[in-house]
Amino acid sequence: MGDHRDGNPHKSGAVVTSDGAELDQFPDPGLPPHRPRMTDVDSKAAKRAEHQVVLLFLLSVIGSVIFFVAYFGIRVDGPLYDAVNTEPTAQLRLQNLLLGLGIALGMFGIGIGVVHWARTLMPDHEIVEQRHDLRPESERAEAQSILNTIYDESGVKRRPLLRNTLIGAAVLMPLPFVGLLKDLGPTDLKVLRHSMWDEGVRLVRDPSGTPIKASDVTLGSAFHVIPENLTSLGHEEGYLNEKAKSVVLLMRLDPDKVNVSEGRKDWNVDGIFAYSKVCTHVGCPIALYEQHTHHLLCPCHQSTFDLTNECEVIFGPASRPLPQLPITVDSDGYLVARSDFHEPVGPTYSQRDFAVKDMQDEAN
Amino acid sequence: MSTSTDFEYRPTTRTGRIANYVDTRVGGSSIVKEFGRKIFPDHWTFMFGEVALYSFVILLLSGTFLALWYDPTMTSMEYKGNYVPMQGVEMSGAYASTLNISFDIRGGLFLRQLHHWSALLFAMAVAVHMLRVFFTGAFRRPRELNWVVGCVLFILAIVAGFSGYSLPDDVLSGNGLRIADAIAKSVPVVGTYISMFMFGGEFPGHAIIGRLYIVHVLIIPALILMMIVIHLFMVVVHKHTQFAGPGRTENNVVGYPVGPVYAAKAGGFFFIVFGILAAIAGSTTINAIWNYGPYDPSPVQAGSQPDWYMGFSDGGLRLMPGSWPFSWEINLFGLAIPLAILLPLIPMAGMFGAMFAWPWIERWVTRDNRVHNILDRPRNAPFRTAVGAAGVTFYAVQMIAASGDLIATHFHVAVNDVIYWLRALYFVGPILAFIIARRFCLALQRKDREIVLHGRESGRIQALPHGEFVEVHEPLDEYRRYKLVDFQDHQVQPARANAKGKITAGEKVRGRLSHLFFEDRVSPVTPAELEAAHGHHEPEPVAVGAGSHASQIEK
Repeated sequence: MGDHRDGNPHKSGAVVTSDGAELDQFPDPGLPPHRPRMTDVDSKAAKRAEHQVVLLFLLSVIGSVIFFVAYFGIRVDGPLYDAVNTEPTAQLRLQNLLLGLGIALGMFGIGIGVVHWARTLMPDHEIVEQRHDLRPESERAEAQSILNTIYDESGVKRRPLLRNTLIGAAVLMPLPFVGLLKDLGPTDLKVLRHSMWDEGVRLVRDPSGTPIKASDVTLGSAFHVIPENLTSLGHEEGYLNEKAKSVVLLMRLDPDKVNVSEGRKDWNVDGIFAYSKVCTHVGCPIALYEQHTHHLLCPCHQSTFDLTNECEVIFGPASRPLPQLPITVDSDGYLVARSDFHEPVGPTYSQRDFAVKDMQDEAN
Repeated sequence: MSTSTDFEYRPTTRTGRIANYVDTRVGGSSIVKEFGRKIFPDHWTFMFGEVALYSFVILLLSGTFLALWYDPTMTSMEYKGNYVPMQGVEMSGAYASTLNISFDIRGGLFLRQLHHWSALLFAMAVAVHMLRVFFTGAFRRPRELNWVVGCVLFILAIVAGFSGYSLPDDVLSGNGLRIADAIAKSVPVVGTYISMFMFGGEFPGHAIIGRLYIVHVLIIPALILMMIVIHLFMVVVHKHTQFAGPGRTENNVVGYPVGPVYAAKAGGFFFIVFGILAAIAGSTTINAIWNYGPYDPSPVQAGSQPDWYMGFSDGGLRLMPGSWPFSWEINLFGLAIPLAILLPLIPMAGMFGAMFAWPWIERWVTRDNRVHNILDRPRNAPFRTAVGAAGVTFYAVQMIAASGDLIATHFHVAVNDVIYWLRALYFVGPILAFIIARRFCLALQRKDREIVLHGRESGRIQALPHGEFVEVHEPLDEYRRYKLVDFQDHQVQPARANAKGKITAGEKVRGRLSHLFFEDRVSPVTPAELEAAHGHHEPEPVAVGAGSHASQIEK
């Protein structure tokens, strides 16, 4: 390249500078000459453009007509997504498509028509407008003197007690409204501790509610389980709240391949283990069970728990193992809980560790 | 006015009489005088903000229709509608009414899909508009505050999207709320109470849908509308920015008048945006809540992920290792602190903070407090473009992580490996993006210099008398050339001592940043350089397009 320095000995060689660039700039050549469009010079082209715009507007009319034809002309009679009678579903799909396309055509016709009109038939001369100082000094001075007058006339300066008491009152006044928010929710955190599991509560299938015999749980199978007493709870009595804490996964593992810690020897029934289904990360249901690796996987954030090691976290963002539900069998051979979980299920909250301590004291 | 009636204007036409009646009562003439021929510069990148505005209008329209049928209640009922797979299922009134809108209200499905697609486009257009403003430096003085308003609008768009997404009370959105609940609970000390206040007790409770409803249909739209009014008011006050070019200066605006050209183009564009969204809404299913079922804490689908604008936060959560190399749940003064949730939120908050503060950060580093009405081409501000690319990469890595499981299943790789790579990219990606983007900018600037100095390649090969073949370069005309040379490059501003003769620590940081940003730079070509480039080789015959290929050959 020419006479400018190409490269800087210290750096990467990308420096290209011009000596005295600030002093020596290209002059502004001004706006380029206007180039007339076809429609400016050829009256036939202009007429053609006019016809195109009219055609586009007429297309819009057709679009609106299509909408009403689809709205009144297509009948969606009968059940939707029915395995036997698929006709109404197809009609619904067709109607939805045509309603959309009708409106789309109605909009496109107007939109493209007007833009085409502007681009071909309206003048395309660029116009120059001057910018003005956002705040001319004269206006600032005038505004300031006005504000001074206001300040003086209000008497705030001469009577500071007025100002100070007003500030005090104004600070206090919004607080009642903050106070009114207090009853947005209860503040007793104890509800977060316990689920509906308790000694002797049967494990039943979700959602059918049928109890489970130990022999039903074959090696490699997994059951989505809820406590039996939940099934009789109405939606208005907090069914979903309780379910959110009580959902459990039940699986049978080869007892020889599982590490069980000292205090949990009697929490499983011949290799049948029950774990909370609520992820300890942010509370998604752990819905995926990989039989061959004995891993539980959360579909939301891929936290992976190792069933052979008391659901220890082996991958993903969870920090705690899934809580285990101690289970046994009752006299009829059905699986039942030995007690509630020994810790709150689900994601961490600040006061959780106090709850864990209390609950473990209770359990022992 | 009418009190001193020396002259009372009497219109002759009916339209004129109506206009005059209104004008003498509201003063319309001055508004017409102010706005009727106001000039707006034209550039295709200026359309993104328009897309955002128009999709918001479409959101208001379609949302109003939906509100006529939607029932924001969590009271349980048995579904008795037309959709066979859910008949007899116990569900909330909110979910049932959403099914009704989809299947029993004629055109309801179209409206739902129009609303959802518009929401996705709204957030997208806001984001792309922000990127345009950032990369062209349109946020510089005097528009810093309007940039902040824009940032607030971006956050409001996200909140609007999330609150609306949750209203159908289906399994997928219920899991989204479950995650929101856990994030609230992760806040030390007060978080649990925030969660209890949000849900009126335990998750999910019976309150959240009604509360989100009022947030979604009143509070957030009102705030967005207010912000849009402020945003547009400031655009009028500042007048629009324009790209550099012949005839365009810091002190003028070159473009088309509002009436009729700009109004026609912008007004027509509203209908085009609406048309595109209507075509998508009619033809493409979005958020098929009837497949998911009513909210139940037990089921969830594999491959579930949030709408795109929430992706970065979900991805950030996925990237954080919770138990490696040790458990990231710590106990501080007896309080359980889930760092696996809190830590990834901090860089996200940092990114948003930097976004808000960028106009002032840039002003501080460059010491440039001048008024800028001329936009930068992104290549002409390599430092800013590089910073932007780093930020976009940081955001994108987290957004991609939100689809980590889908990437794994689609490309048949282990989900663990996807996450390991993305964890590395989370740290390395922004740095690489910074370096690469800056190199690209500098290379493009050098290419511009090349074109200005030696003309553009004409594609014509010429044989010289001594047998050499060269390509003829055509010089630029003065208008094209001016476009390539009319920019200001920043120079390194080393740390300087203050009045007391001391170089403060902050000033040292500034000096170092200035070095990082500006030590590699390319200046615009000067007339002297152009002269020199043409001067030191034999002149070409003008007839074949006088170029400056000789200097090319010299190299």
